[in-house]
Amino acid sequence: MDLAKFMTIAISAIFINNFILARFLGLCPFIGVSKQTKSALGMGAAVIFVMTLSGFITWLVYRYLLVPFHLEYLRTIAFILVIAVFVQFVEAAIAKLSPTLHRAMGIYIPLITTNCAVLGVTVLNVNMFFKDDISVGFSFAASLFQAFCAGIGFALAMLLMSGIRERLDLADVPKALQGVPIAFVVASLMSMAFLGFSGFKF
Amino acid sequence: MNILLPVIILGSLGAIFGLWLSIISKIFAVKKDPKTEHIFSLLPGSNCGACGKAGCYGLAKALAEGEIESITCPVVNDVEKDEIADILGIKQSETEKNIATLICGGGKRCKDKFDYNGPRDCNIALHLMGGPKGCSFGCIGMASCVVACPFDAIVMGDDDLPKIDRKKCTACGKCIEICPTGVLVMAPLKSEYHIMCNSKDRGPDVMKSCKVGCIGCGKCVKTCPVGAITLDNNLAKIDYTKCTNCGACVDACPTKAIVKR
Repeated sequence: MDLAKFMTIAISAIFINNFILARFLGLCPFIGVSKQTKSALGMGAAVIFVMTLSGFITWLVYRYLLVPFHLEYLRTIAFILVIAVFVQFVEAAIAKLSPTLHRAMGIYIPLITTNCAVLGVTVLNVNMFFKDDISVGFSFAASLFQAFCAGIGFALAMLLMSGIRERLDLADVPKALQGVPIAFVVASLMSMAFLGFSGFKF
Repeated sequence: MNILLPVIILGSLGAIFGLWLSIISKIFAVKKDPKTEHIFSLLPGSNCGACGKAGCYGLAKALAEGEIESITCPVVNDVEKDEIADILGIKQSETEKNIATLICGGGKRCKDKFDYNGPRDCNIALHLMGGPKGCSFGCIGMASCVVACPFDAIVMGDDDLPKIDRKKCTACGKCIEICPTGVLVMAPLKSEYHIMCNSKDRGPDVMKSCKVGCIGCGKCVKTCPVGAITLDNNLAKIDYTKCTNCGACVDACPTKAIVKR
């Protein structure tokens, strides 16, 4: 097991190429669900869960369905299909098996269906871990791990943002900037701070 | 063949997923309270929030689970209300049908204090020196209630006063909420006579700006055979629960401030 490679993936996915703050994917929930720390954590947990399992399924679909038939160009639509179906399945399962969890997390799950960060990580996985349509070493494990770390990065950005926005409620913000406008200003500042990590590019 | 393969693969993928989801939805089906669904189907579905719940589904759920006992929806019509009461097994007391009612006769007849060129919004206009109208209690006439009404029941008349369509009004109270001067009130639909003035100024001050206002003379109070009218702060008020719609007060009023709807 190449440990250094996995460390690189982790640091890259969480900090350097943070999906929200460096790649600018999944901004809708980042602005919409970041008003309170509690809901931001719920959303973050749901995204980690969905991203990891989507990474799992899409890798299998790509490797064993799209590659053998030379249909790589269909990956976007196929992945959207897979993710949407999977999210629906997870929601139905959670609603039945754990009503408590569904009440806490349920409203966020349909939001993830169209979250571009999930599609982004799966497309990125096949870009990075397939070379000439042949999976490179530890491709499956690396894909899974990168999806998981991307979820962690997403949750981290959500948590930071919600913490700042909770404090922002107490601040004296000019009326024209109250609410979403100031959130965008905060997001841009955070994004610039995260771009500082690019200095550590491996 | 080149085009056929992707179509078959993607199509079968979609078909398998669709089939799988439909099986899953059967296996993991969560029982929803059929009572809630039935009540929800009878409610108006405009989600106005006048019942105090978050939309019609919120009210249906609260009713089905016994959280609240009376049908607080002011919009739903009598037939559907009875049906909901039947589902719940409760006796719905005969509630009086209300309607939003204007109690200002001013409009164009009320003199302006100054020319107002600001935004056409009652709440904004009122903040500028108590509004452009000579009477600061009356209708400003900038149609905020028309905008607020979710049922298109209010239109502005030629006299710069809002006209409320009694067929369309559902007594949801949105217009009353938005009106900054409080010239819209909820009154029973069957009440025919209203004192079209909200001014608490003394008589001479009322006459200066508006010739059709209540000057607080008290003639109607004496005329009313059932004692339904009282005088408070230079303003006559009709108690709708006592009023018998006799119309005696209309002739007594010297400024013609009492009007039959």
